[in-house]
Amino acid sequence: MQVGLYLKMVKDSETDLSKAFTTVSAHHRQEPDMEASCHLLASWSHNKAESADTFIKRYGSKADAGVDRLYSDLFQGPRRGGLALLRDLHDLWLLATEAQICWTLLGQAAHALRDNELIRACQDNKGTTTRQIAWLETRSKQAAPQTLIAG
Amino acid sequence: MAESRDSIADIWGPRTPYHRAWPTRADERTVETPDRWVQSACVLCSNGCGLDIAVKDGKIVGVRGRSEDRVNHGRLGPKGLHGWEANNSSDRLKVPLIRRGNRFIEASWDGAMNLIVSQSKNIRDRHTSSAIGFYTSGQLFLEEYYTLAVIGKAGLGTPHMDGNTRLCTATAAAALKESFGTDGQPGSYTDLDTTDAIFDVGHNMAEQQTVLWTRVLDRLAGPRRPKLVIMDPRPIPAAKEADVHLAPKPGTNVVVLNGLLRLIIQNGWISRAYIDAHTMGFEDLERTVAKWTPELVERIADVPQRKLHAAAEILGTAPTIVSAVLQGVYQSMQATAAACQVNNLHLIRGLIGRDGCGVYQMNGQPTAQNARECGADGDLPGFRNWSNPTHIEELARLWNVSRDIIPHWAPPTHAMQIFRYCEQGSIKMLWISATNPAVSLPNLPRIRRILDQEDLFLVVQDAFMTETAARADVVLPAAIWGEKTGCFTNVDRTVHLSHQAVEPPGEARSDFDIFLDYARLMDFRDKDGAALIKWRTPEEAFEAWKVCSKGRPCDYSGMTYAKLTGGSGIQWPCNEQFPDGATHLYTDGVYNTDPQYCETYGHDLDTGAQLTPQQYRAHNPTGRAIIKAADYIPPFEEPDKVYPLWLTTGRVVYHFHTRTKTGRVQALEDKAPEAFIEISKADALAYNIQNGDAIEARSRRGYVVAPAKITDIRQGLLFIPFHYGYWDDNSHPRAANEVTREDWDPVSKQPHYKLSAVCIRKV
Repeated sequence: MQVGLYLKMVKDSETDLSKAFTTVSAHHRQEPDMEASCHLLASWSHNKAESADTFIKRYGSKADAGVDRLYSDLFQGPRRGGLALLRDLHDLWLLATEAQICWTLLGQAAHALRDNELIRACQDNKGTTTRQIAWLETRSKQAAPQTLIAG
Repeated sequence: MAESRDSIADIWGPRTPYHRAWPTRADERTVETPDRWVQSACVLCSNGCGLDIAVKDGKIVGVRGRSEDRVNHGRLGPKGLHGWEANNSSDRLKVPLIRRGNRFIEASWDGAMNLIVSQSKNIRDRHTSSAIGFYTSGQLFLEEYYTLAVIGKAGLGTPHMDGNTRLCTATAAAALKESFGTDGQPGSYTDLDTTDAIFDVGHNMAEQQTVLWTRVLDRLAGPRRPKLVIMDPRPIPAAKEADVHLAPKPGTNVVVLNGLLRLIIQNGWISRAYIDAHTMGFEDLERTVAKWTPELVERIADVPQRKLHAAAEILGTAPTIVSAVLQGVYQSMQATAAACQVNNLHLIRGLIGRDGCGVYQMNGQPTAQNARECGADGDLPGFRNWSNPTHIEELARLWNVSRDIIPHWAPPTHAMQIFRYCEQGSIKMLWISATNPAVSLPNLPRIRRILDQEDLFLVVQDAFMTETAARADVVLPAAIWGEKTGCFTNVDRTVHLSHQAVEPPGEARSDFDIFLDYARLMDFRDKDGAALIKWRTPEEAFEAWKVCSKGRPCDYSGMTYAKLTGGSGIQWPCNEQFPDGATHLYTDGVYNTDPQYCETYGHDLDTGAQLTPQQYRAHNPTGRAIIKAADYIPPFEEPDKVYPLWLTTGRVVYHFHTRTKTGRVQALEDKAPEAFIEISKADALAYNIQNGDAIEARSRRGYVVAPAKITDIRQGLLFIPFHYGYWDDNSHPRAANEVTREDWDPVSKQPHYKLSAVCIRKV
């Protein structure tokens, strides 16, 4: 049974995402909306990561280096310069998408396990991740033309 | 010479108690006997009181209220009766000015306009139109906004155009769109004539819309007195008249509103039939508010449980309700989410679209509604949906331009983001008309730095040398109300035509003529090579606007200048179906939520993320109102050890905005010459502060100094009026916005003026 592997992956993904939102929040204080928005979305990821604990107790947790690699590839430190905001939002989107597919796949396993509690958690958390991605798309789509054309 | 009443001493005037038909009361103030009267309406708040301007020898000498007008029945407030004096002020701008180093030199109109045009062309050629932005007002006329909107959207094709409506009424528009599908007030001021209960939320009506409050006072004094519920953290004048005064902690509007909705649902005070037939999303609301018990509301918002119960009983059982919402909601946490909960109250009780049942998502400014309708702010003309390709196509056809020129890849850039782009240098030219961001925007130290940036070409068009104009590269002297002709629309959709009464001073020109001149000099053309702007007079612009608005909620097609002259203002929609205008929207419970008709596909109220057309269609809201729930999100900046107090801002009755006009009217200025810091008795005691002591309030952004005023305001909260700037007193920091936060509501993008953590000390 490899469910523990995906539980670890999803917990790491959400922990990374939370950390990344917090880093970006602090880094882009000059953008007046970024601090509070990223702070809120970091707290959502924090809650999602914690919600995995119940199931880690139930199914265990197996390490996998892949997810951490993704984070360190993307976040070697926040960016500077005209493109910084757009590129950081872009990377948050990639990290959030990683978390989303983890919840989706874990949810499939939950169905096969007939674990209603895990099914519910995967649904809720996937929904929350979708909202984070929607914000990232809205914000980065707004920033893109100005950054790439007039910036 | 005539003065029917002393409105400075007695703001609201004598009572005319009533139920149903509001008696007339002709208020008048003239300083000389006029040789003629010219029809207009008041522009010193959003109420839109009909008035006549008294003219003698080509000069304004007073005003009188129009008894036949549906908005005010003859009444005028202190600003209306006195504010016209500013037109005659000796320091009006009379000639264009161009900056040379640290000073201005007088210029000809040709010289000033040619400079603006050559800069526009240079910047556009080198950096595209995305390097040009416009920041306009809630003070211009409909014809001016529409002209500006067409210039921006179909001439230059820049997405960067917004109004100061972003600071005052953006949340009203956002909440109406989210709940009902498009902007547009469902109710009417006449609802106050019969309603059984009034719910005033974060709205200092008595000081903001004095004549509307007079209508309420007359109902309170008459038969079948309506119950009054006030929600405001300050002891505002209306609180004295209230049956229940809820005074929540700053930032907790959603908590209190969710608590009220929970009690109303739990007690079965809802209309299941209306909910089932005309709304969607009720179950989500029921689920979201379930946890907000009176105990929890008291713990988070510090509203006593018995008061919450008392308010819920009134709002749950009154056969009809009028709700009014303003800046206490719009400029605070979760602005759109909270405003939507007031819409929800009416939806779940089925109290909408009929006499006595009004939701007023108020405006702060006289012509804010027109900035929204005409697309001179972050909206498209005619409440069209920027993410609906059919709507963009309609505009392209109407203007005979390629649809590609109209920016529609993202929502129009909101004001705070425009200033951020200026700060970053990607907007290189900013044209500000009839507004004063150097005093009115939050975090002024930063705004001043941006306006002063070397690489920003700043054009300011105003009637006076404001704090903003003083930083401009080119200053254009503008004609104001009374000196030009045009329409404007108030909160309850009443359209007034304001006729030109006198000539503008010196070489000052109307904003309309300035925009037309710019369009001509820029040589904006349509697809066939004809001039893009096809009108030369305000009336021709109005006729063009009628075509643009036809078939949309704000349908003006049945109005003419002739029809708007002589009688009362007229409510839109005014068309074949409603030749005399419509008192209520949604009388049949069918809302503007059809995917092809709606103005937005909606947002996530917590994050502001846009929903896609596919997501919207999947919910299939066609014709139903959308009940959107929201849970509480605490403010990002809360009082702590270093900055232990909340500070909120607002207005006083004698001034409007940054006092550009009212500060130049002796009677108003004498009554309220200086800012103050309102503080509770307990806090005054703790800091050893007496009335009148000079107090410094400091936030992470800046500080302000003003005398203390000890009142019954809630403990831990300070209040500063936002009117005071520096044009007449530069001796110390006194603008409230030195300290305010610049972050904003995620949906409406309205800044959080009401929520600053500060520390204080005696100086």
